[in-house]
Amino acid sequence: MRNPVRTEAEAFSFVIAVVALFAAVALVGIFWNGWAALVAFVVLAPIVGIRYFRSDPKVVEPAVWDRQRDADGRHRILVVANETVAGRSLRAEVVRRAQEGDAEVLVVTPALNTRIRHWTSDEDTARTAAQIRLDESLAALSADGIDAHGTVGDDDPCQAIEDALRVFAADEIVFSTHPPGRSNWLEHGVVERARERFDLPITHVVVDLEREAETRQSA
Amino acid sequence: MSTHAEAHGAHPPVANRSSRVDSRLLGIYFFIASEVMLFGSFFSAYFFARVAVENPQWPPHPYELPVYLAFLNTIILVSSSFTMHWALQSIKRNNRAGLIAGLAITFGLGLTFLLIQAREYTRIGFSPHDLAFGTTFFGLTGLHGCHVFLGLTLLGIALVRSLRGHYGPAAHDHLGVEIPGIYWHFVDVMWIVVYTTVYVI
Repeated sequence: MRNPVRTEAEAFSFVIAVVALFAAVALVGIFWNGWAALVAFVVLAPIVGIRYFRSDPKVVEPAVWDRQRDADGRHRILVVANETVAGRSLRAEVVRRAQEGDAEVLVVTPALNTRIRHWTSDEDTARTAAQIRLDESLAALSADGIDAHGTVGDDDPCQAIEDALRVFAADEIVFSTHPPGRSNWLEHGVVERARERFDLPITHVVVDLEREAETRQSA
Repeated sequence: MSTHAEAHGAHPPVANRSSRVDSRLLGIYFFIASEVMLFGSFFSAYFFARVAVENPQWPPHPYELPVYLAFLNTIILVSSSFTMHWALQSIKRNNRAGLIAGLAITFGLGLTFLLIQAREYTRIGFSPHDLAFGTTFFGLTGLHGCHVFLGLTLLGIALVRSLRGHYGPAAHDHLGVEIPGIYWHFVDVMWIVVYTTVYVI
């Protein structure tokens, strides 16, 4: 959800939305009367509000994370994955990238939750499940010799990325999802939203856990 | 309580990362939230006076509001939001001249707004003690005028600092412009609501 006072640019776009809303209300008030303007406000305000607050900011400005950037020259990779976090193809991709140079990896697993539990702040179960998956993934990466650490993030993957970027100056983002047709994130266009929102290279890795399990069994 | 503490290993749960907001930005969030409530109380008084009055004509006879002059003021204030945005975008691109010009124009537009409002007050033909109408009108527009004055003070400080070579393109280097910018846009939004409800409808 957008926050109209997160940055000056967000506040400015909120001003534009308010000008549009109240221009319409004022026109109704001028051509009809005050009660019609009130009705127009009651009808239009939720529409404008929902459109504004549900839309993503176009680009999170690099300035959000440049304060964290160190001059140590290390290549920082932010990995975002949930159920696929321990997938072999994701691990292979991260290991390949990390071995190209001195790399530091941060794995973020969004704590996926139901709507009702989210709105009632009942997220302990979701965070615990995400933490278990994260621990497995970190152990596997550590066994591969990768300097990786991790954290459980917001249940909105894009928000989880933005939060992580505030403390981790990533050079690139690796996004892991289930294959098309089985991925909730892909259905909701999460990868595309992340590409619009973050001015960083984003690699999308598809992890087919079922195929990996079959391969393991046949081997 | 103890069960909850034990579930987290005698420690409070890890704070959600979404709460990691710069403390200065968090300060302006809370300040603006309190300001919204303050304006809300003034709007409540205004609408109560307007709905409760027996005379259906608003403003009550023989008073009239300078709608077109206030519209000019609205254009001035909305324009100042554009110049404020331009100023901040300029410093993000390391364009110091753009920052200074943007802040100076924004300051000039805000000052013009206040001077026009002061002139409006002297010639409007009624005073705060003329009916509930006069009280709520001067209360709302005066409260907003105070906020414009405060915004101008913040902009003035930012302008002087920019003339002295402060601020830079990195986020932590121009927070001193970003925060007055957020506040200025808030003042602008409040005026649009005040103008529409008090002058137009």
